[in-house]
Amino acid sequence: MNAIVIDRLTKVYRSSWFGRAPMPALDGLSLSVQQGEIYGFLGPNGSGKTTTLKILMGLMQATSGGAEILGKPLGDVQVLHRIGFLPESPYFYEYLTAEEFLTFYGHLAGLERAVLGWKITQLLDLVGLAEARTRQLRKFSKGMLQRIGLAQALIHDPDLIVLDEPMSGLDPVGRKQVRDLILSLRDQGKTVFFSTHIIPDVEMICDRVAIVVKGKLLAEGRVDELVNPGHAQSVEVVCEGIKAGEVAAIAAVATRVLQRGEHSLVVLPGPEQVEPVLSAIRTQGGKLVSVAPQKGSLEELFMKQTGATPTGAGWPATVGGSSE
Amino acid sequence: MRRITVIALNTFRENLRDKILYNLLFFALLLMGGSVLLADLTIMEHRRIVTDMGLATMNLVGVIIAAFVGIGLVGKEIERRTVYTILARPITRTQFIIGKYLGLVLTLLVNVTVMLAVFIVTLWMYRTPFHAALFQAVGLIFIELLLVTAIALFFSTFSTTTLSAIMTLGFYVIGHLTTDLKGLGENSQNAAVQSVVTWLYYLCPNLDVLNVKGQASANGIVDMSYVAVASMYGLLYAALLLTAACAVFRHRDF
Ligand SMILES: Nc1ncnc2c1ncn2[C@@H]1O[C@H](COP(=O)(O)OP(=O)(O)O)[C@@H](O)[C@H]1O
Ligand SMILES: [Mg+2]
Repeated sequence: MNAIVIDRLTKVYRSSWFGRAPMPALDGLSLSVQQGEIYGFLGPNGSGKTTTLKILMGLMQATSGGAEILGKPLGDVQVLHRIGFLPESPYFYEYLTAEEFLTFYGHLAGLERAVLGWKITQLLDLVGLAEARTRQLRKFSKGMLQRIGLAQALIHDPDLIVLDEPMSGLDPVGRKQVRDLILSLRDQGKTVFFSTHIIPDVEMICDRVAIVVKGKLLAEGRVDELVNPGHAQSVEVVCEGIKAGEVAAIAAVATRVLQRGEHSLVVLPGPEQVEPVLSAIRTQGGKLVSVAPQKGSLEELFMKQTGATPTGAGWPATVGGSSE
Repeated sequence: MRRITVIALNTFRENLRDKILYNLLFFALLLMGGSVLLADLTIMEHRRIVTDMGLATMNLVGVIIAAFVGIGLVGKEIERRTVYTILARPITRTQFIIGKYLGLVLTLLVNVTVMLAVFIVTLWMYRTPFHAALFQAVGLIFIELLLVTAIALFFSTFSTTTLSAIMTLGFYVIGHLTTDLKGLGENSQNAAVQSVVTWLYYLCPNLDVLNVKGQASANGIVDMSYVAVASMYGLLYAALLLTAACAVFRHRDF
């Protein structure tokens, strides 16, 4: 059963008065999100993620194409009862306290006051804002706004949660909390569809991923399928006590050898080379420190994919450091 | 209906937490109090000055709130993107617009009531007699506020805050001058001026219809049928603008 089906969605923003022919922000994008999965919608800034989510949430009309959410066509207001949405860098009524804010959204979702009381307590605990319950949102930091925004998206216990860059503006601890929250939502049987331009976010928690660049879908699938299609994983061997680069038996098979102080890092193209290298280390009197198979990364995949596109869309600098 | 109420009550709360409202209210009370002092200094009829000033103050302060809060009502929501999470709820855009509108109407109602109460207390303290015509005048002022709010809301659904402010005030001013405007058009030799003026005359609401402050201070009770027709006119115009605002809002992208 699909929670979201996007079918050849295209959006061309009305061009400004002068200016060239407008580039479509979305260009025939199709994808589907299954119920109960965490689905990452990955792409660099300006690739059309926010546009897609806005169309899904009925904030914007598509130029062509369509979509279904929880089995209902776009524009169905009633289905919104079952959806929670957190926009990108959200702004909320700053004159409300956290409690009033959640009460307001609860009422909008049709919840009764009696239910709301404990629901709010529970959610504020969940997002770590229990002590800010009676504080006005104008006094909230960006990270706190992001978290109260998450609480707002969850107040009515939705089946599908749509999040636009939910980890942006958060520190590492906050990012981890959001990741854990998303995982716990899936454990409760909910579907989470979130956009991000940060690869590790997706790599760590997503069941499936779509990579979108310039409004076009580049790849869709399970992270491990996308990353290791042929299972030809490279392996990193670290040892100490020898200069591995100067050992002929090792240098012959390694793709790369790095010397860092006492440690030698040997990168091997595949698992077959591990055994000969290990015995070479032993015979040279070295000491093995670690052997680690290297997963391919989405970043590599992404670089490969975009390298092939004629326009060569660059990935922004914030993406670096895929292996935290 | 329930969702409209939720939006309306929250809008009302938003207005109550806005300092500008209290400043304006304070300004109104100051003017009303001042009118008493002014009346003591002049040889003109005491009752007339106090009544004139009181009604004019209520009208002015009401219009300022209706126009400026009215523009921000939806304009601010769009600009600050607070509208995203609200429209992602099971609520239609029409319900949202109507809710916002009713919220400000409630604010205006409370405001006008407070001003009227202070006004009546002032009159009573100075033993100035007052007349049913006073309530007729205030009633029509309130209709005007409903109309001005609808004008402001309408413009703010598709243009920027500044532009909406200019348009709303323009509509308000022209609305009070339409009778003069018609005369101007008829006397003009220039065909272009004539047609523009005629257009404006028919496009802008005739707000002078809703102004019976003069009669009220002269103690002249206004014919109830006039009040009824004038009210209907104002309400119908406001409803038309609200419908247009909803239609525009329903079709726009955010
Ligand atoms: N309101 C708008 N008017 C015109 N162009 C827009 C508008 N919003 C976004 N765009 C353009 O559409 C493209 C996709 O933007 P967006 O969906 O925000 O990307 P992302 O969320 O992936 O960063 C960008 O080129 C952006 O400049
Ligand atoms: Mg975005």
